[in-house]
Amino acid sequence: MPSWSNVRADFPILHQQVHGKPLAYLDNGATAQKPRAVIDALVHYYEHDNSNVHRGLHALSMRATDGYEGARARIAKFINAANPAEIIFTRGTTESINLVARSWGQAHLKPGDVVLTTEIEHHSNLVPWQQAARASGATLKYLPVLGADGEGGLDLAALDHLLTPQVKLFAFTHISNTLGTINPVAEFCRRARAVGAVTVIDAAQSIGHAPCDVQALGADFVAFSGHKMCGPTGIGVLYGRRALLDKLAPDETGGGMVVNVTYEGATWKPTPERFEAGTPNVADAIALGVACDYLDALGREHIAAHDAVLARVAMEKLSTLPGIRIIGPRVGAERSGLVSFAFADVHAHDIVTFADEDGVALRGGHHCNQPLMRKLGLTSTTRASFYLYNTEEEIDRLVAALRRTLKFFVGS
Amino acid sequence: MSADLTELYQQVILDHNRRPRNRGKLPTANRVAHGDNPTCGDQCSVYLRMDGDRIAEISFDGSGCAISQASASLMTTQAKGKTGPEVQALFKNFHDIVTTGNAPEEISDLAAFAGVHSFPARIKCATLGWHAALEAMKSDPMPTTTESHLD
Repeated sequence: MPSWSNVRADFPILHQQVHGKPLAYLDNGATAQKPRAVIDALVHYYEHDNSNVHRGLHALSMRATDGYEGARARIAKFINAANPAEIIFTRGTTESINLVARSWGQAHLKPGDVVLTTEIEHHSNLVPWQQAARASGATLKYLPVLGADGEGGLDLAALDHLLTPQVKLFAFTHISNTLGTINPVAEFCRRARAVGAVTVIDAAQSIGHAPCDVQALGADFVAFSGHKMCGPTGIGVLYGRRALLDKLAPDETGGGMVVNVTYEGATWKPTPERFEAGTPNVADAIALGVACDYLDALGREHIAAHDAVLARVAMEKLSTLPGIRIIGPRVGAERSGLVSFAFADVHAHDIVTFADEDGVALRGGHHCNQPLMRKLGLTSTTRASFYLYNTEEEIDRLVAALRRTLKFFVGS
Repeated sequence: MSADLTELYQQVILDHNRRPRNRGKLPTANRVAHGDNPTCGDQCSVYLRMDGDRIAEISFDGSGCAISQASASLMTTQAKGKTGPEVQALFKNFHDIVTTGNAPEEISDLAAFAGVHSFPARIKCATLGWHAALEAMKSDPMPTTTESHLD
């Protein structure tokens, strides 16, 4: 087991005061902090190796290319992809999903087809499918979430009648960024494959928090962001099964992705270059590879266990607060390391402002889940989301901040 | 509690948040406008009954943080009986207060929002109701018997 107190020492940003209090960073669902090794990798790249990749014959360009392609291979290993060519670098989860929605959607969707997603998706795994359905004439359907607080998870019984042969693609999140629900993604992939549907997993909330084996999952496409797994912002990944990527047309075109260009037209390189037009984000890709090293040195199974302890403690302590409404799995049920909650008389933004004054960083709002919020009869929640460097003491500080806020606004 | 936070959550603001004035739909309204604050999810609808060029009755409805709700509530008490240009002038004062933190002496209740200027992210919360009201005054009259499309 890693020493979690030593882990905190790896993150320079955590050692600061906010409004005179030690920072308790509980907004990891939005973005994670970066260990020294990742920051150093960025600095090292810009101080020693910075150059454009591919086609370069000088020493720096070769180092940059080796670093960039090495990162691709490292990430392939991180998710157990069969081949590094299955790793496409993007800006993040949103761009990854949009790439599939546009390239795959344009080639395969037609009127009468169904795209299936779920009621608990982040806007980034929802709006692109609305757009793809609109452009193709396909129908978009939603797998419902059960329970007044979304505590019942996705309706697996409904999947039987929703997952018909008309479904060409099934897109779902691994972990809900608002509810904290962990979806049975391997089962979803298996059942989708049985009707011939392609699967897209939004792994943004899970990738840095638990082991991921895309081959064991049986996933066709997996999208995730670097910045939620201790990597830099502006870099993410689309994993696609080779057989699918080889048949896919590019979304963006331009330099770096072509074989032969004439005034009349162009031919495309194979994957992954075909999907990476323009100068790629070399520095951040390399640093993302270092983030993979960092997480694997600690062990993602240990991080998952650490998250689970914090989620359990948070659920037990938060549920004692008067008038709290916690959404997602109930106390004792499996949930990821995040808890979203609401109070009838105190708005999330007032809570976040008060907690901030106590040095506790939270997120308040609709969490890019507007339709889900509406379904649950909420306009916003406050979310505390945990990661490897968080402690039980920080949860106590969260609870104390909430008690102070409640006392101020409702006097209890 | 820090001075900034005490200043932000003045008694006047807490009072309007706990006991909002003129809250709810106005059955006799002949103007309505809806304001959204997409980043926060704050919402505010303002209902007006215009009598000539004056606001005879005003109400608001919506959800959001204490700042947005209290500001909308206080706005309704200030705008009632005023003409369009008068509400515009009031809003200009209010906008100056929340962006600079300086309130002229003759302005009483609106000055409670001076603390907002230390929290730039909350300025849009404080102005949401005002924007909706100004929008409603500019909007086309609606038949009083028809339910709003915002229902």
